[in-house]
Amino acid sequence: MRRVYFDHSSTTPLDPAAAGEMAPYFTEFFGNPSSFHYFGRGVRKAVEEAREKVAGAIGADPREIVFTSGGTESVNMAIEGIAQANQKKGNHIITCAVEHHCSLNTCKSLAKKGFEVTFLPVDSYGMVSVDDIAAAITDRTVLINIMHANNEVGTIQPVAEIGRLARERGVYFHSDACTSFGRVPVNVDDLGVNLLSLSAHKIYGPKGAGALYLRKGTRWQPLFHGGAQERMRRSGTENVPAIIGFGKTAELAAAGLEHEITYLTGLRDKIIREVIGRFDNIRLTGHPEKRTPNLASFCFEFIEGESMLLHLDMQGVAASSGSACTSGSLEPSHVLTSMGIPPEVAHGSLLLTLGKNNTEEDVDYFLAVLPPIIERLRDMSPLCHYDHCEVEEDCITCTARK
Amino acid sequence: MYSEKVMDHFSNPRNVGEIPDADGIGEVGNPTCGDIMKIFIKVKDGVIDDIKFKTFGCGAAIATSSMVTELVKGKTIDEALKISNKTVAEALDGLPSKKMHCSNLAADALHKAIEDYRNRSKK
Amino acid sequence: MRSVYFDHSATTPVDKRVAAEMINCITGNFGNPSSIHAFGRRARMAVEEARERVAKGIGANPDEIVFTSGGTEADNIALEGAARANRERGNHIITCAVEHHAVLDICKTLEKDGFKITVLPVDACGMVHVEDVAGAVSEKTILITIMHANNEVGTIQPIPEIGRLARERGIIFHTDAVQSAGKIPVRVDELGVDLLSLSGHKIYGPKGIGALYIRSGTRWQPVSHGGGQERGQRAGTENVPGIVALGKAVELAAAELDEEAARLTRLRDKLIQQVTERISHVYLNGHPVNRVPNNINFSFQDVEGESLLLSLDREGIAASSGSACAAGAVEPSHVLTAMGVPPALAQSSLRITLGRENTEDDVDYLLAVLPPVIERLRSMAPKS
Repeated sequence: MRRVYFDHSSTTPLDPAAAGEMAPYFTEFFGNPSSFHYFGRGVRKAVEEAREKVAGAIGADPREIVFTSGGTESVNMAIEGIAQANQKKGNHIITCAVEHHCSLNTCKSLAKKGFEVTFLPVDSYGMVSVDDIAAAITDRTVLINIMHANNEVGTIQPVAEIGRLARERGVYFHSDACTSFGRVPVNVDDLGVNLLSLSAHKIYGPKGAGALYLRKGTRWQPLFHGGAQERMRRSGTENVPAIIGFGKTAELAAAGLEHEITYLTGLRDKIIREVIGRFDNIRLTGHPEKRTPNLASFCFEFIEGESMLLHLDMQGVAASSGSACTSGSLEPSHVLTSMGIPPEVAHGSLLLTLGKNNTEEDVDYFLAVLPPIIERLRDMSPLCHYDHCEVEEDCITCTARK
Repeated sequence: MYSEKVMDHFSNPRNVGEIPDADGIGEVGNPTCGDIMKIFIKVKDGVIDDIKFKTFGCGAAIATSSMVTELVKGKTIDEALKISNKTVAEALDGLPSKKMHCSNLAADALHKAIEDYRNRSKK
Repeated sequence: MRSVYFDHSATTPVDKRVAAEMINCITGNFGNPSSIHAFGRRARMAVEEARERVAKGIGANPDEIVFTSGGTEADNIALEGAARANRERGNHIITCAVEHHAVLDICKTLEKDGFKITVLPVDACGMVHVEDVAGAVSEKTILITIMHANNEVGTIQPIPEIGRLARERGIIFHTDAVQSAGKIPVRVDELGVDLLSLSGHKIYGPKGIGALYIRSGTRWQPVSHGGGQERGQRAGTENVPGIVALGKAVELAAAELDEEAARLTRLRDKLIQQVTERISHVYLNGHPVNRVPNNINFSFQDVEGESLLLSLDREGIAASSGSACAAGAVEPSHVLTAMGVPPALAQSSLRITLGRENTEDDVDYLLAVLPPVIERLRSMAPKS
């Protein structure tokens, strides 16, 4: 059976070039970079080279890069570290409703500890308003936390504008770039961020590696305590092979970005055009233009997402209906409901995220297997049948029609 | 995640559809939660002669709906009432724990359909 | 030049058998285990198999294992999670002076947040006394954390006795087993622990992976926030290849423990015996008997530790003078200081930690190289 992987926002396959560079660091160059003997020194050098590559990919100084175990840890460290270190200045954090769970849950836990958190709404495209942020800033605000691109609908937030605002008002600004890095340009100065979170396994790097960019001079405190690694900013023996792999893929991502954007935008737009054209009672979710080039997301009415995914999976197509973390959960996506999509429609979400190995044939295959699945599930659905919708105007679900 | 039996009933659901002149109809769930099950029964001499379902929901919701129709077809009303959500889950070789309470409602829909049938018979 | 690695407590090479499974997973099983499609389910299966292997290796149930990014994270979340979850029951934590920095530093952080920390002393062998633990327990004590084996001197603590005491008093007991796993038996029931930390790269697994054992029913709360992975206990996409490798590493460590421990004990004892015979004014740090089979820690009078390491490194021998994390620090080891080793001798320590790929030839090479190096350094030192 043909296998098509359209779930690159959950994770990506490891790039073979990165795998090749990582391999010797498991068995041959295995030293602890904190050791100063021969085995340690060589490894230290490789870790620092990887740091330069990651820094180079986002326009940062290598000393501003802290390696972590992944995007979630970076985000946790960024938010908690700023909040704890700036308590003298204030206790107010501004974030928005469509952030990844690692942001939202860290903010919620801080709220329980007595911090004040403003969760800003988003518009129907999932976009946060810069004016809303400006209005929410108070004397007590220490951090603005807004993601670069959303992982479920791909909407790209006005991060550069927020960065300018944050700088003017003297507030720290963190952006979660786990979904945007490798898909759109990410440059810390252009974005005006003080902190930025990155994940390796979303850009064809290994799982278990990520980074936190910490702008020089940022008042921040670490989360982990122990061996003083990463210049006292993140304790724990460095995950050397993963760091090497991350460095390589960060370099590749930056170098191949332009080509990737053009190529994937073409595939993505074909999917959007064809899917929207072929079905009734369907909507594109997220911003029509300001979206990551690899992401197509829809809501199909009268259908539940998991059934759709299982059928696609039986045809060899791996897709998602939200973030992988919550794909087992029964709650409709918080991102979609925050955008004003009714819960019963949000349940029918389908998220396709393309990657560099996908081809036009993959897209055509998907477009061929999708229609019978949709028809079959809609036939089985007791909700307003789409054929009947034309006449049954009072049917509750019809209010959600496009 | 799902047993082979669940996947079988999900991919080849038995008794999908509606019975236009049903003797009883039962519906549970709501679209906000992500699951709606509707069961239609036809009763002849106290025996469930025909049964059909329509379901909006996840893999577990569809599979349990299909399984319950298979379990009760040809059974008496009293026998059918003994079938619980747990019976259905067991007949499917189990369900993931988080699906047990939310998406395992097919027996409830069946019981509602029987209740509806009994209410109609009283009139 | 001959190259001999004697720093297995700092890190170990990944075992070839572990690397093979890991590379397989990296290239052939890249899915996110939280995804419900085929790619995700395969990854999930690999993660759960590994969880069973790890659990089996320490005599636990698979649902008591939480994967982390390493030993430091496991220690951090063990202590912080237990302390915060039991705050209304009390605020007193007992630990000891020779713990790893991962434990000591998180205790200091908790102290700033209003917890009371008792740091127990150790004896000259680095051993904590159970009576001292018992004497420190108060109504307010919620947590005891004592490491299983020390990373610098290898002393094995009386964990089962402390475990019994903790259970009698209804106190949560955590042990850092990062240095003991793979060297001596680590069985959670025999040790009587509620929380136990493991690290992959100390047992021939990869860096970037570890595990925390949380006994079922233990009052503990997660520290990181995110996507609900690891049954809500540790957020972040699972490091699938790392997890798979940890499973294999734990399995191998358990299967080969007896044989390997016997072999390393023999090499260790030969080294100790020969060095003390051939070199004068040398002191063995740590316990003479209750020590892990691969650890040797000497102090050489009138020799400075760093110059000794540099000299050995030039002969192709990689050793250490303390824990790798603090290797850059100029302070004498907190472990040796806590044992009452005088500062001058603490500064002259050499830690040799043997491992799976070391042979008798390696030991003989060190025995040939060490005496002249010591002699040369001593001849350069001003007479005191």
